[in-house]
This record gives sequence, C-alpha cells and structure tokens, in this order.
Amino acid sequence: MKGLLETSRGSRPSPRLAVNAGLLVILALAPLYAALTGDPFAMTLFTRVLILALAALSLNLIMGFGGMVSFGHAAYLGIGGYAVGILAKEGIGSGFVQWPVAIAAAALYALVVGALSLRTRGVYFIMITLAFAQMTYYVAIGLDRYGGDDGLTIYQRSRFGSLLDLDNKILFYYLCFALLLAGIYLVWRLVNSRFGLVIQGARSNERRMRAIGFATYRYKLVCFVIAGAMCGLAGALLANHTNFISPAMMHWTRSGDLMIMAVLGGMQAMFGPLLGAMTLLLLEESLSRVTDYANLVLGPLLLFVAIYVNGGIDGLIGGVRHG
Amino acid sequence: MADTLLEIAALTKRFGGVVASDAISLALAPGELHAVIGPNGAGKSTMIAQLTGEIAPDSGRIRFDGRDITTLPVHRRSRLGLARSFQITSLFSDFTALDNVALAVQAHCGHSFRFWRDARGEAALRAPARAALDRVGLGERADMAVADLSHGERRQLEIAMALATRPRLLLLDEPMAGMGPEESARLVATLRALKGSVTILLIEHDMDAVFALADRISVLVYGRIIASGDAAAIRADAAVRQAYLGDSEGAAASSARGAAHG
Repeated sequence: MKGLLETSRGSRPSPRLAVNAGLLVILALAPLYAALTGDPFAMTLFTRVLILALAALSLNLIMGFGGMVSFGHAAYLGIGGYAVGILAKEGIGSGFVQWPVAIAAAALYALVVGALSLRTRGVYFIMITLAFAQMTYYVAIGLDRYGGDDGLTIYQRSRFGSLLDLDNKILFYYLCFALLLAGIYLVWRLVNSRFGLVIQGARSNERRMRAIGFATYRYKLVCFVIAGAMCGLAGALLANHTNFISPAMMHWTRSGDLMIMAVLGGMQAMFGPLLGAMTLLLLEESLSRVTDYANLVLGPLLLFVAIYVNGGIDGLIGGVRHG
Repeated sequence: MADTLLEIAALTKRFGGVVASDAISLALAPGELHAVIGPNGAGKSTMIAQLTGEIAPDSGRIRFDGRDITTLPVHRRSRLGLARSFQITSLFSDFTALDNVALAVQAHCGHSFRFWRDARGEAALRAPARAALDRVGLGERADMAVADLSHGERRQLEIAMALATRPRLLLLDEPMAGMGPEESARLVATLRALKGSVTILLIEHDMDAVFALADRISVLVYGRIIASGDAAAIRADAAVRQAYLGDSEGAAASSARGAAHG
C-alpha cells in the first residue's frame, strides 16, 4: 500500500506519502468535524467531494493514463444518475437493481461512444466526445416524463434492505469514501498491469505500439468502458446524494469541471483526482462565501497551474520531477 | 521452410504524379542481410512503410514466409515476426529502457487483457527484455528513463525493442542516423553479431556500414531498383555509379576503399 499512497511512477521518497495519508485522515474524520461543529453543510460538501473525485478518477484513467481526452465525461455521471432516478420513479427502489443498471447503462453508452470516437485523434476526439455528451444532455431535456428541463426529485434513496440505510448521512458518506478508495486501488492495479502498460504505451506512442504488435484500439476501448462504468457508479451516488437528477448533471461545463479536477490534482497520479476535486470544490465554496466573483479568482489560478505546474498539485508536493 | 523469407513483387505506390515505388521486386533469403541504399527521396521510407503496413500499395504483392501479407494491418505483421526500427527514434519516453523492451516482449506473449497483476514484476516479461538489452549492449542502462539516454543509446534501444518481438525479419530504417563514428562502429558490431540468426533488411545512408555488413545490396533510385548484387558488383555497376555514387565521387571512392580494407 505504501507504493500506492506514494506515487504512480518511480518511487523516490517525497512529501507525497505524508500529504496523501494526511488527506485520507482528514476525509476519515470529516463526519466527526461536522458533528462537533454542528455544520451539516460540511457533510454535504465533503460527500460531494468524494463522489466527484470518483468521477474525476475515472476520467483520469482514460485521460491521464490513456491520453484519451474525453470532453464529455459528465454524460456518464448523468446516465448513472438518470438510471437511479428513472427506476425510482417507476417504482423500482432497490439499490441492488438501480446501481448495477446505472453501471451497465454507463458502460454500454461508453462502448458506443468509444467505438466511434476512438477511431479519431486529437481535437476530433475531443469534439466527438463533447458532441455525444451534448446529445445526451438534450435527450434528458426531452424526457418530459422524468422532469425534462426541470429535473426530477428522487423521493427515496436506493434501498439496500437492512444492509445499508442511505438516509443515514454518515453511513452514506463512508460508503462513498469506501467506494472511492476501492476505485483508487482498482485504478492503481489496473495501470500497472499488462493492460495498463498497453494503455500507457498507447498514450505515449501509439504508432510504436502497433509496430511492436498491439491492436491498440480494442485496449483503449475496454479502458474507455471501464472508466464509463466507474463514472456511472459516481452518477448513482450523486443522484442519491442530492435526491435529484437534472440535465445539468451532464452539461458540458460539468465535463469541464471534471477535467479541471483531473488536471489540477495531477494526471497520472493516483490521488490526483481526489486532490483536484477537493481543491476545486473547497475553493469554489470558500470563495463564493466572500465574493460573488469566485471565478475571477479561480480562473487565473487554474491557468497558473496548467501553465507552470507540471503534474498539478501532485507534482507540487512530489517535488521536482524531470522528463 | 521456403528459400525466400520475404518476397516483394512489382510493388507500386504513387503519390499524385510522383511514383514513390515503381514496380519494386525483391527477394530475401532466410538469414540474409540485405541492404537498400539510395539517395534522399529515392522512396526508401515509402518502401518500408508498405512492408510494415502503414501505407497500402497501389499494386503489387508482399509475401512473407509464403503468406500474402499485402493487406494485413501493422500489428498483425508484427505478430508474424516482422519487426522494424524507426528512422526517427520512436520510444515510450515516460518509461525506462527496460519498460520499453518489456512492452515489446509483452506484445508477443498472448493477449494483454490482464488487469490485476503487476506487469513490472513478471519475470516472463522482464527476463527476455533484459536479454534483448544485453544483446545490443544496453544491459547496464536498463533502469534509466528514456529521457536520460544518449542519442546513440536510444538508437540501440530501438533495435532491442525490435529484437524483443523475436522477429524473423528485421526492418532497420537508417539505424545509424545521427550517430557519431564510435556509436556507429558499435552498432555495426551489434548488427554483425545478429547476422545469420535473423534476416535483416537494412536501409542505410552510411556506406561504410552497408559495405561492411551486407550480403547483398539493392540500389533504389526514383522508386526503382536499378541494381542488385553483392558489394563488389554494386561498386562495379556503371548505372549505380552514375545515378547514385556519381554525384559524390570522392565519398564513394573512399567508402569503397574503406570497405575493401575492412
């Protein structure tokens, strides 16, 4: 586990281990803080951090490790959320049905989007993934039965019998935390496996990958589907968290937020998406308390990180990295 | 086993009005080191690209070990044992030298839909990769990041990667490009050691290397093979002298002398 906490590539001793471990401790104790200060909003905010970190983690898998710059990742979030919302509305409240459906629907959608978009490169890939997401967004607006433009309130969270009561906010928080940790562990295993090396090789030099005998397309497609499925789960969590779904879940600005989280935290870093999600959401929140022009501060900050900080926040705490 | 490993028949490729490959025919016997030389713009890269499958020919056939591979995609040809090095170094720059070669081993070690086990801990991938690095004299540099290797070392790594796929035919696209004399000499020694165990098609500008290594030489000019034969025959060929060596008489003469002494 030390290797996981510390780094993704090359294990030099660095402050990274301390920062990542500290981050986990803070997150583990957040409900305690909320209970002591009597600030219920802290719970809501931190739960949101965890869920969007899971979504950003899935994006980082394809974008950071696989070099597939998907600009439509919020669509999977939306599909996962709508799967839960639609099933709830139709009277199927069991989480044992809702969540697998959310994951499967997002995976299937990723299969279709990936199969078509992965035949293109660069800007075309970005534009096609964006176009698909926009399409999904407008389909959601057209779903009059499920609230259309206004969205849909979910009156009951996913039911898991006597196993889990998601109305218990603390329990739900720790469930999200556990799923995020499982996701990080999964991605870590994945990127260091044979499959992961193929994915990273395809990011680094796809032409060479083909020359040494890899059919890169199918590996990238499988990776794309795994990321979609993971984000679908995040969508299911988000719907349960807010008790509400709406087309805004998959608006392109949401896809942009996920990209910012991944880049801000540090691509190719296991804890990067979590760092990025936490930084972005906490900054947004605290800035919006003092000024109406939070984005005026956030924008330049993001520009600064993108231009000057190689490897995002993870790169900062990991010290100088060459290459 | 057939007595021809690679057979190119009337390979033709046009780009607009330019005939980059003009009915190229060539046959390589197993174990042979065959060099293709030619001035800039002769169509050497286009020929290589058709052999590897990156460019589809307009007409003509390519047979590899008796099998028609003219329409096979790049990765399938690699699986059959056709490996290449790139003219412009083409590596995985985020990885170490060993990672690079291990990935080439992995490509020929079953499918890679293995999601869990740490691939960098698999002896089945690492050991053959180390052996390939040793073969080109890079064993000591295995754990260096590609970014920290010298130009010459990267060129050697190119060849180690091609070797790691256990090729039956090695296409070397100007492996000496940009190398100093010492590095070139080392690479010539490496290639000489490989000779016989793997069939090699060598595209090269460095005449000393070509004349020192090749069993046979073909001369490509304006997309056509104007002569084919052993070093002595090529040196004596009037058409070659005029079309190719003629424009740098002095250099050609010195190369010929160098080869005669070497």
